[in-house]
Amino acid sequence: MSEAVQLKTSPHLRGMHSVDKIMRHVVYALIPVSLFSVMQFGLSALALIVTSVVVCVGTEHFFCKRSGKESTVSDWSAVITGLLVALILPPGFPLWMAAFAAFVSIAVGKVFFGGLGYNVFNPALVGRAFAQAAFTVPITTWTPGMAHRRFLEFIPTTLTPPFLKPDFEAFRVWVESLKIDGYSGATPLAMMKFDHVEVDTLELFLGTLASSAGESSALLILLGGFYLAFRKMLNWKIPVAVLGSAFILSGIFYLKNPEIYPSPFFTVVSGGLMLGAVFMATDMVSSPVTPIGVWIYGILIGSLTVMIRLFGGLNEGVMYAILLGNAATPLINNLTQPRIYGAIRKRKEKAV
Amino acid sequence: MDPNSPTFIFLNAFLINNFVLAMFLGLCPFLGVSGKIKTAGNMGMAVTFVMLVSSICAFGLNVLLTRFDLEFLKLISYIAVIASAVQLVEMTVKRFSPALFRALGIFLPLITTNCAILGLALFQTAREYTFVQSLAFALGAGAGFTLALLLMAGLREKLDLADVPSVARGAALSLMIAGLLSLAFMGFAGLGG
Repeated sequence: MSEAVQLKTSPHLRGMHSVDKIMRHVVYALIPVSLFSVMQFGLSALALIVTSVVVCVGTEHFFCKRSGKESTVSDWSAVITGLLVALILPPGFPLWMAAFAAFVSIAVGKVFFGGLGYNVFNPALVGRAFAQAAFTVPITTWTPGMAHRRFLEFIPTTLTPPFLKPDFEAFRVWVESLKIDGYSGATPLAMMKFDHVEVDTLELFLGTLASSAGESSALLILLGGFYLAFRKMLNWKIPVAVLGSAFILSGIFYLKNPEIYPSPFFTVVSGGLMLGAVFMATDMVSSPVTPIGVWIYGILIGSLTVMIRLFGGLNEGVMYAILLGNAATPLINNLTQPRIYGAIRKRKEKAV
Repeated sequence: MDPNSPTFIFLNAFLINNFVLAMFLGLCPFLGVSGKIKTAGNMGMAVTFVMLVSSICAFGLNVLLTRFDLEFLKLISYIAVIASAVQLVEMTVKRFSPALFRALGIFLPLITTNCAILGLALFQTAREYTFVQSLAFALGAGAGFTLALLLMAGLREKLDLADVPSVARGAALSLMIAGLLSLAFMGFAGLGG
C-alpha cells in the first residue's frame, strides 16, 4: 500500500479548538480587565490576582498529584478560575481570605466533582459564594479606585495576618487620608438600592467607580467577550440572553416607576452583571448545550439577577443567579433535547 | 409585598425559606430519592400532596385542641393524625386510581412521619395562619421541596458519568451538592421583604 493512502477511523474532520487553546484565549481576554484593575487599585489588586492564581494552580496541582493523575495545570483552566476569583472580590480583600476562597473554588468547586469537565457549578463562583457566607463584612467593604499612592502602598486590609479580622479602623483612617469628596464606601449598586441615587451610566461603563477588582469596566469586559465570540470560543447567545433579559425586565420596572427603580442601562453596566454574563455564565461545562436551552438559561440568569437586585435583601445577585442557573442546567438540557433528525416523536406513553 | 398575603407565604416557603435548602428539613428523602429525575418528580408530587393533607389536618386539629385546652398534645396528635390520614388517602387512591397510586404510592408511607411534614404543621400553628394561608404555605413548601429535589436529581444524574474521586463518591458528593445548592439559595434571602 502506498504511503499516500492513510487508513484511519472516523472522525476525519476535527475542530481546531483544544481545551488548552480555548482556555488560553480566555486568559488573553481577561488580561485587559486584570490590567485595568491593577491600574485602578494598584498594588493591592496585583497582590490579590497573584495570590488567587497561585493558590488555584497550586491546589489543582496538589490534588492531581494526590489522586495519582497527571497534573492538569497546563490546560490553563485553573488560571482562569484564579483570575476570576480575584476579579470578583473587592480590591482590599485580605489576602488570606482570598487564598481561602481560591482554595475552595478549586477543591470544592472542581476537584471534588472530578476535575475539569465535570464541575457542575462555576468554580470561581463557588469560591465567591463561600467567601460571601464566611467573610460577610470584608467582602462588602469597598475601596475607592485611583488613590494617588496606589502603586506605593497596599490598602490596609490587604495585608491582614492569616486568620485575623481585618483592621477596619486603619482602613477608615486610610480612606479619609485620600480626601476623596463624597466617597461613602458604597458601590453604585448599594447607593441605588438604599438611597435611590443613580450614578452616571457612562462612568460605570468606562469603570471609574468603586467596585470589585475587575467588575468596574464594562467596556473592557465587552471587548474581551467580543474577542472570544469572534473566535467562536464563547457562545454569544448566553451573554446576549442574560443582558437582554436583564435590560428588558428592568426596563419594565423603570417605566413603571423611574423614581425607585434603576434605568435598564444602569442595570446592565453596574456591578458584576457584565463580567458574570460574559465570563462566568458562559462556562462551557456548567451551561446548557441545547440551542433552546441556552436561551432559557440566559433569560433565567438575567431575570433572577434583576429580581434579587430589585426585591432581594442583597444589592447584587449575579453570583447567586449564575449558581442557580448552573444548578438548573441539567434539567434545562433534559427538557430541551432537540428531536433527532428523521425521528418520529414518540407518542406520550400511557401511564404504566 | 404584604407578608400575610397568600402569594408572599407561597413564595416564602417556595424560595426564600425553602424547607430543604434554607431550613434543612426533610433531608432524608432529599438525599435518598434524588438519584433520578423521574422518581424525584414523583416524590416531589407525593410530598406536596402529603403536605396539603397534613396542613388541612393540622388546621382542623388545632381548632379542636384549642377548643378543649389540650394544646400540649399538639406534637403527638399531629403525628398520629397526619400519619393515619395519609394512610387512609393512600388506601383510597389504591382502590380508585391505580395509576396515581403507582406514581405516588410507594413514597407515601415513607414520608408521613418526615420532619418536613411535621415541621409544616408546627410552623403553620405557631405562625397562626388562617386556612387559606395554611394552604398557600403547604403548596409553597411542597413546590419548594419538589424544586430542590429536581435540581438535585438533575445534578446527580449529570455527575453519574463524572470521574469523581473515590473519597467523594456517594453520600459525600450528594451532601456537597446539597451544600452548594443551599449557598446558591442564600441569594433569595430577604426577597420581597
